[in-house]
Amino acid sequence: MLNFHRRRKLLLGFLMLGALVALMLGCTPGDPQSTFDADGPVAQSQLNLFWIILGAGAVVFVAVQGALIYLLIKFRRRRDDDIPEQVEGNHTLEFAWTAGPTAIVLLVAIPTIFTIFDNQVSPEPGALTVDVIGHQWWFEFRYDHPDDPTKDVVFAGDLHIPVHEVINVNLDSVDVIHSFWIPKIAGKVDMVPNNDNTMWIQSDQTGTYYGQCAEFCGVQHANMRFKVIVHTREDFDAWLRAEATPPEESQDPLVAEGKKVFRSASAGCSGCHATDPVSNDGVAGREGPNLAHVASRTNLAGGMFDNRDESGNVNLSILQDNLRTWISDPESVKPGNTMASEGAAYIDPENALTEAELSAIVAYLSSLK
Amino acid sequence: MTTLAIPRPVHPTGIWSWITTIDHKRIGVLYGVTAFLMFFSGGIEAFLIRVQLARPEQNLITPEIFNQLFTMHATTMIFLGVMPLSAAFFNFVVPLQIGARDVAFPRLNAFSYWTFLGGALLLKISWFTHSAPNGGWFGYSPLTGITYNLGHGIDVWIISLQVLGIASLAASFNFIVTILNMRAPGMGLMRMPLFTWMTMVTAILLVLAFPVITVALIELYFDRAFGMNFFNVAAGANPVLWQHLFWVFGHPEVYILILPAMGIVSEILPVFSKKPLFGYATVVLAGVIIAFMGWMVWSHHMFTVGLGPVANSVFTVTTMLIAVPTGIKVFNWMGTMWGGSISYKTPMLFAIAFVSMFIIGGISGVMHAVAASDAQQQDTYFIVAHIHYVLFGGAIFAILAGTYYWYPKLTGRMYDEKLGQWHFWLMFIGQNITFFPMHFTGMNGMPRRIYTYYGGMGWDFWNMVSTIGVLFLLVGFLIFIHNMARSWKKGETAGADPWDGRTLEWSIPSPPPEYNFAEIPNVQDRDDWWEEKQRRRELAPGAPVPVVAGGSDSDDAHDIHLPQPSYWPFFVSLGLFIGGMGLVYLINVSDAGLRTLNWVALTTTVIGVIIGMVSVYAWSFEPVNDPEPDGGHAAH
Repeated sequence: MLNFHRRRKLLLGFLMLGALVALMLGCTPGDPQSTFDADGPVAQSQLNLFWIILGAGAVVFVAVQGALIYLLIKFRRRRDDDIPEQVEGNHTLEFAWTAGPTAIVLLVAIPTIFTIFDNQVSPEPGALTVDVIGHQWWFEFRYDHPDDPTKDVVFAGDLHIPVHEVINVNLDSVDVIHSFWIPKIAGKVDMVPNNDNTMWIQSDQTGTYYGQCAEFCGVQHANMRFKVIVHTREDFDAWLRAEATPPEESQDPLVAEGKKVFRSASAGCSGCHATDPVSNDGVAGREGPNLAHVASRTNLAGGMFDNRDESGNVNLSILQDNLRTWISDPESVKPGNTMASEGAAYIDPENALTEAELSAIVAYLSSLK
Repeated sequence: MTTLAIPRPVHPTGIWSWITTIDHKRIGVLYGVTAFLMFFSGGIEAFLIRVQLARPEQNLITPEIFNQLFTMHATTMIFLGVMPLSAAFFNFVVPLQIGARDVAFPRLNAFSYWTFLGGALLLKISWFTHSAPNGGWFGYSPLTGITYNLGHGIDVWIISLQVLGIASLAASFNFIVTILNMRAPGMGLMRMPLFTWMTMVTAILLVLAFPVITVALIELYFDRAFGMNFFNVAAGANPVLWQHLFWVFGHPEVYILILPAMGIVSEILPVFSKKPLFGYATVVLAGVIIAFMGWMVWSHHMFTVGLGPVANSVFTVTTMLIAVPTGIKVFNWMGTMWGGSISYKTPMLFAIAFVSMFIIGGISGVMHAVAASDAQQQDTYFIVAHIHYVLFGGAIFAILAGTYYWYPKLTGRMYDEKLGQWHFWLMFIGQNITFFPMHFTGMNGMPRRIYTYYGGMGWDFWNMVSTIGVLFLLVGFLIFIHNMARSWKKGETAGADPWDGRTLEWSIPSPPPEYNFAEIPNVQDRDDWWEEKQRRRELAPGAPVPVVAGGSDSDDAHDIHLPQPSYWPFFVSLGLFIGGMGLVYLINVSDAGLRTLNWVALTTTVIGVIIGMVSVYAWSFEPVNDPEPDGGHAAH
């Protein structure tokens, strides 16, 4: 038999734990992927619904668990030969607890259905459109060329968007199913090959946001991240124009040497990585991320390397360290990645990059601003 | 009539007695012991996952092994843990509850068990052949297609699920026929114990759901082995087809896991409250409605797939509505306890905890039904929290409740109550420490199925807490094993009716004789045994109530005809196992996509098929009972 004083103390303990937990919960909006800190209408509408259903759930939780605890204490066995009244049921009560929950869920269903349609149907079909393409294990972003809409400007790893504007997103994948998710800006939509999914997003604050693939997509699913950089409209236009222009050629002989290695058949880099930021509209990019402006990216290798310093800007020496670590041994950094299993420099030991070649490639890539 | 010259097995004890047994009680024990071992192996897999995730950026486990671990953990727990544990109760309890001497098809029952074991071994052996599946228990195309998944991991998964499906289908047909045809006289459908009801509903669900996954798995296997194009994106296939097939099976499967648990709890709560189930008819109807509506909600697993706002709205509403019959059950269980005289023995503690944990899982379930906000929850740890509240705090707690509850009936001995209480509190605390924080990590943006994460995401603390919680569960489980094993021989003698039970199984001795009931009872009421006891108390007030009715170990018992043991079910299953093993390795695919036939595997498959065919043939010509030496049945 249980000691009921001890039971009550235990219950009190649980309640205090619950309060502590609620406190911790309140502290999370600062975290980079917290869904409690919505910075746009889509995430906000989803958070509002969450609070509504959480509120309804909390009422049910307290009422039902409270009644359960009450009856467990009140109706505990006091004498072993007691035989309580053999009640078979009560139609009125049973009707009440059928009708009550039905009414609650139907009430919650109404705002839900409105939000489902609002989030699916873009309020501005003609607004800026970005194609997001999933690859194992990184994100590719394509914009219409500002001067020639039949061409695309291609970028990877960072999604740049203007603030306060509706952005229409086309979602696709070149291999398996991925899922596009920016917790603070919008809930996820899957990137299903042959399925042409769309969504719309909007951020109401400039800054950097975190995104991550949310559908299990193979061995490196955990390292398929991206960043979202929200600019003012002027900054965004300037960024896109700069991005559409091929990078300036550096006169540094090491860079020239690096470019040569990059394009050599023995290293094999340029077989998968383009260095021209512009490609024909709708033509799938090459297998690897476009590197035309790789030195301006906040992250590398699907978010495994962060190129920023404490100020939040890309730092050249951090970038170079990251490039060196990544290129020298991609398999140990990101086991299972395609570059390590298909790149000419990695599959044939005779083609392995020398220390000098590695330095040259790092110098070349970090010149691609 | 015996056409083969192999004599009928006569092994009263020893390993061959277990291999050839067709006694539903012994098969129940085989199911239970095997499934708890499998459950333990799935627990070890979960423990390794938790160790890897305890802190950010750990490298204790490679990403590939991590993916295999979570695939195997889920597949194990669902198909080798919860389902066969439920089957253990179907086997042991249902014939006793309906006043029958065995199931309708005893040899088919043995076949179900051995086939289940074969399927389980096919899956688990893959750890030792380095070909454990790594595509998740949902096996989404195209990730499980040959282009993205060379090797035999996915083939292991496909073939073992097919073999397990055969076992489940055979068992389901058996229990449907048993329950419909073998009830004692007077036991109308609306006098059936709740657990028997839920067994029947579950069996019907299984019979309807498994063909869907069978078709999907065959298509996937043909894609991989023979280059068919069911799910080949390059050839224009839409991989969402796989998701529909999988979840049309997968959602009823969820109810296949939980309905037996609800049945167990519906038996235990009345007994330990000394009150009948509140609103029996409503609880039965709610179970049937849940099973029926289980077919209309599958796309809530696919809210982010892009099915469009109309589909998402429809599935939002149907999913929310399924909360209503579930709620009815919870309220009726509370109504059962209300005004009762509640005794807090271990089975009752687990049953109450089931209700409490299931409420939490039910509420978070309604939260994901809201498709728009589910876009933030889908594929995060919030979902992991939800499924563990319904399947661990739910199904497993109910299974543990049932194990303690029927243990004295099974063994004739009582488990150690004190250890039982320790087990309960460790599990209850462990459940909440492990799984509650996952609500927070999920809402804080942590996706599922990631082998590592970076610090600074706000996930460190709660992941560490979750991992610590697993230690409670592990210690609790070890205490449970110890208690069960030790009490089997050393526990106190339990007697026929230790809980003052209400249903027929408590009217016969513990452990039940091989024939269960010496005399088939004549059922007059719902809770027939309880009413019988009340009648006897009224007839002779003050006199001790006789605890053994119907059954007795008198010499008359030898006149009862029981089906005789058989070798053949075991050998048919062996054929399936060997044939399945061959099919896994039948086709090798090179990196370049070139397919070659593996002749050793083909030979293995053929050998398996031959063993199976010969055994089926021998089985079908073997009479259930050999003719008696004195020439017939007249004498008795």
